[in-house]
Amino acid sequence: MLAVRDNRDRAAFARLFAHFAPRVKGMLMRSGMGAAAAEDVVQDVMLAVWHKAHQFDPARAQVSGWVYRIARNRQVDLARKAGRPLPEEVETETPPEADPGAILGLAQEAGELRAALARLTPDQREVISRAYLGDLTHGEIREETGLPLGTIKSRIRLGLERLRHELKDLRRE
Amino acid sequence: MTKIAHHIPDEMLAAYAAGRLPATFEMIVAAHVSMCDACRAALETHEMLGGTLMETAAPAAPLEGDLLERTLAQLDAPVEPDGAARTPPARMGIYPGPVAEALHHGPPRWRAAGGGVRQQILAEDGKSSVRLLYIPGGQAVPDHGHGGTELTMVLQGAFHDETGHFGPGDVEVADESLEHTPIADAGAACICLAATDARLRFRSLLPRLAQPFLRI
Ligand SMILES: [Zn+2]
Repeated sequence: MLAVRDNRDRAAFARLFAHFAPRVKGMLMRSGMGAAAAEDVVQDVMLAVWHKAHQFDPARAQVSGWVYRIARNRQVDLARKAGRPLPEEVETETPPEADPGAILGLAQEAGELRAALARLTPDQREVISRAYLGDLTHGEIREETGLPLGTIKSRIRLGLERLRHELKDLRRE
Repeated sequence: MTKIAHHIPDEMLAAYAAGRLPATFEMIVAAHVSMCDACRAALETHEMLGGTLMETAAPAAPLEGDLLERTLAQLDAPVEPDGAARTPPARMGIYPGPVAEALHHGPPRWRAAGGGVRQQILAEDGKSSVRLLYIPGGQAVPDHGHGGTELTMVLQGAFHDETGHFGPGDVEVADESLEHTPIADAGAACICLAATDARLRFRSLLPRLAQPFLRI
């Protein structure tokens, strides 16, 4: 990503594309888009990654979280007549000044988050994934699984309690 | 500016990150995050969790055809001003960027709403709405029963009610069980952004997830 940001490196962009394009497409299809529409959005998103690269700050975001935000913003934008209300951007230097300690700290936390997610049961991981990757409301989850809403909610709570417990060691003193 | 004391609930930030929030509430989240670094950090953490799940949990969908080549061919094309790379709108006076955008970057066109209170509706679709309210100093907001959930964010001045005191940037979350009478502080008029959604039950919104990293 930094090669894309700092050197406008097209080969590095192609590698980012190879990694993220199928994942973004998978997420969009999971939340209800058809394959062709999803590919159009993937193209919009990856072009935005190229054009907004100067704003990417590895001390504040992992590439995956940054791409996730661009993809969600685009998806919601397209679903709304007036577009999605977006927060103002933080004014930073472009590219943002490198802060090696903060970059390392964030990368470590991201690694621990991945490890904590990997330790969840498949059921729990599915609940969290629905919340962040699907666009299902609770009502729709009930219809899809045939489970009453209370059960869904308590499953979510169990998933979260477990997650919080797992994630506790991320707490900084 | 005084310190922000009343924030967006974490569940709502998660729902915004995931694209699961009604448009009227998105306006409040976007306006508050524009002014609040703590909530911006929390939102970015939810995006980090979403991105991690996108990388690890979503099944990747193979691309059909030559999408990479078509994308590479467009890298040098001009950026569409309202496309995926669009620049979020800037603040206009007391109005955070997303509100300024809804006002089309001009001043509000107030209409009388009774009792000296004025309003401008920014968006409405039957069950949900978002509006600006202008409440003269010392004035009570006329009784406004809310089914579902109501979010109110102060942009200028302040108000208080049975639950607390709210100044610029503060957000009050009210559900149907809260009966309250907001009263603008004496002095300058209080201008608020208020969003309601009759369908949304706040308590069912969802997970408190990434809290461990944030609210330390
Ligand atoms: Zn806040």
